[in-house]
Amino acid sequence: MTTDPTDPTDRQGPLHDEHLALGASLTGFGGWLMPLRYTSDLAEHRAVREAAGLFDLSHMGEIEVSGPQAAAALDHALVGNLSAVAPGRARYTMLCAEDGSVLDDLVVYRLAEDRFLVVANAGNAALVARELVARAAAFDAVVADQGEQTALIAVQGPRAEEIVVALVDPADGADATTVREMRYYASSAVSFEVAGERVDALVARTGYTGEDGFELFVPVGVAPLLWRTLLAGGAPLGLTPAGLAARDSLRLEAGMPLYGHELDTTTTPFEAGLGRVVKLDKVSDDGTPVPFVGRDALAARKVSPPSRVLVGLRATGRRPARAGYGVVLPEAGGPARRVGTVTSGAPSPSLGYPIAMAYVSPELSAEGTELGVDVRGRVEPVVVVPLPFYRRPQQS
Amino acid sequence: MAGPTAQFPENLQYTAEHEWIDIVDPQSPATVGITATAVEALGDIVYLELPEVGATIGAGTVVGEVESTKSVSELYSPVSGTVVEVNQAVIDDPAIVNSSPYTDGWLFRVTVEATGDLLSAEEYAAVTG
Repeated sequence: MTTDPTDPTDRQGPLHDEHLALGASLTGFGGWLMPLRYTSDLAEHRAVREAAGLFDLSHMGEIEVSGPQAAAALDHALVGNLSAVAPGRARYTMLCAEDGSVLDDLVVYRLAEDRFLVVANAGNAALVARELVARAAAFDAVVADQGEQTALIAVQGPRAEEIVVALVDPADGADATTVREMRYYASSAVSFEVAGERVDALVARTGYTGEDGFELFVPVGVAPLLWRTLLAGGAPLGLTPAGLAARDSLRLEAGMPLYGHELDTTTTPFEAGLGRVVKLDKVSDDGTPVPFVGRDALAARKVSPPSRVLVGLRATGRRPARAGYGVVLPEAGGPARRVGTVTSGAPSPSLGYPIAMAYVSPELSAEGTELGVDVRGRVEPVVVVPLPFYRRPQQS
Repeated sequence: MAGPTAQFPENLQYTAEHEWIDIVDPQSPATVGITATAVEALGDIVYLELPEVGATIGAGTVVGEVESTKSVSELYSPVSGTVVEVNQAVIDDPAIVNSSPYTDGWLFRVTVEATGDLLSAEEYAAVTG
């Protein structure tokens, strides 16, 4: 048995004392000291699937891009068509290098005609901010890193709406309606009443768990009180603080990529099955094509066959594949041939069997293909299955 | 690992790899498990692979594995000997190891022909910090 020590240089977020008070086990993640679990990975995972989980995501980076040419600047900087996103809506997109490789995957919220919020992964936040500054330099737009001032708290799960609505300032019936009627990948300014104080938040119906849920962006100063108020109000509905371990198993079941695993600087969006986020045909106001960063490489990649494809794998045995393990093709009468690499893997708490995502040779990516994973020297049989592994039950 | 300092039972001996062994009498089989520190690091244990009854195992060698939702760790034998019993209850319900690592969550019993580098509770507490 071995244990991982935390890195003493990891930063503590605005909710650090809350995590200590809840007895969390902490882990280093993206340069931050974050809660890995409070009590039990499985219980926290199940709470999100069955009731709701409360997540501290204050390690995520928040970068605001504003100004008359904010949309044009983001169209140039990112692979998506951000000028086509309506105010109040959000889009999943990516920041790519000139060679088409993924520097980070992002959610971009259009807050107003001339104002966007770019949410980046913790470990890439500084890079994303630098790249946006450089790429927006020729535009009439201002890039401001708001990460230090912004806390992010997520409420995820089928009871999330009830829990968030209960916090809306009772004097403001319009805000309660706004939360209830908010569509997936939409956002709005909402006022909460927290211990008698008015708290102005940006509320978005987004998440990383495969469940319905909300993400609440608030100033760091009010985050601890908001966290405690959410927990107190939500606990009777089953709201449970949930750590990064549960977040990882939830997103894996939902087939969502994690930067550093499914996405990295050796990967383009096409291999990851996310080619749809690349808008080669986006045009500027005058109708001319936008020569966005990475466009030429991505245009070439789109029409050339990929060397590897991201697939879902379901194990038939009980030993889970883990990130980095080799995917092999068992061959009769000879040694197994390496045909790919596992990027994420775990025993699925919701499904009861081991699941994994992996890059494999395209000719072996069809659903039903029988492969193996070298699990510490012993080949475990797996079969290619469609992603996501888990889809939440549709509301009636 | 952050978190409260675990208290380690004084009657057990430990390995630096976070196994415990209960040697009551050198002529009788000893009981092996993993420590609360190991359990806390792993999280919820969902699958255990243990040595077979009758297997000859060597001190310090890998004899099994412990899988949690988050990670996997290898299980090292604290002693050399022959496995005489494995705990079927924890194979059927690995959560017992999380809830009772020093009692019902024991993993296997082994005859003690030679011991590896074993630590006292105090020495183990120093290792785990």
